[in-house]
Amino acid sequence: MSTVSVRLPTVLRPAVNGQTSVEVAGATVGEVVDGLISKYPSLESNLVDDDGHVRKFVNVYVNDEDIRFLAQLATAVADGDEVAILPAVAGG
Amino acid sequence: MGFGAQGADGLYRRPMLEIRREHWLGMLAEAWARYPLEACGLLFGAGGGDSVERFVPIQNESKSSRIYRLEGSEYARAVLAADKDGLDIVGVMHSHTHTAAYPSPTDVAEASKPLVPPSWHWVIVSLGWGHPELHSYQIVDNGIVQEPVLLA
Repeated sequence: MSTVSVRLPTVLRPAVNGQTSVEVAGATVGEVVDGLISKYPSLESNLVDDDGHVRKFVNVYVNDEDIRFLAQLATAVADGDEVAILPAVAGG
Repeated sequence: MGFGAQGADGLYRRPMLEIRREHWLGMLAEAWARYPLEACGLLFGAGGGDSVERFVPIQNESKSSRIYRLEGSEYARAVLAADKDGLDIVGVMHSHTHTAAYPSPTDVAEASKPLVPPSWHWVIVSLGWGHPELHSYQIVDNGIVQEPVLLA
């Protein structure tokens, strides 16, 4: 079990008492996301869908690397890693 | 929900975007550099604000002349670097290679997604008419308002 810092996007900060980032324990990104949601349940609908997948409008990074290009939620995290949750930004 | 940033007094300010000449030139240069693909980038400033302190071009992960997507490492690095300088995203720039500098239905739908703050400014550079045009918009609840771009 590692402890990582999770950086939240502006829109979700009110759900974590206005903090920019919070410390969460877990061995994988999936466990970190679960830990985050158990601490702050109101985040759930904005982060994962009913099947437990990260929502399409959410980008999750571990130390600048998008987990879509790693092992998705199975991506391992180590003590001190920085997990960042950013809005997916796109258009035409 | 109103257009324009909400002040401490609870009133909404007139929608506008303030940029410096270097940002203006940087955005036009980026649009030309990526042509015929769509270019995109991030505008940073004081969180929730209307004033740009930094423009960072970001690779268009879609590598398309019709759509753009920010999801690579450059995106995360730019945001984390801005955090350290006390800056937050205040807007997003992208180019239209063949159409007017006006938000497309896709732009409006994407800007209305849950994690996108309504305070963000959406700058579009069009290369579609032989000369570049740069306009800025606020997009809130699927509504579009064009705002003045002030050169600081």
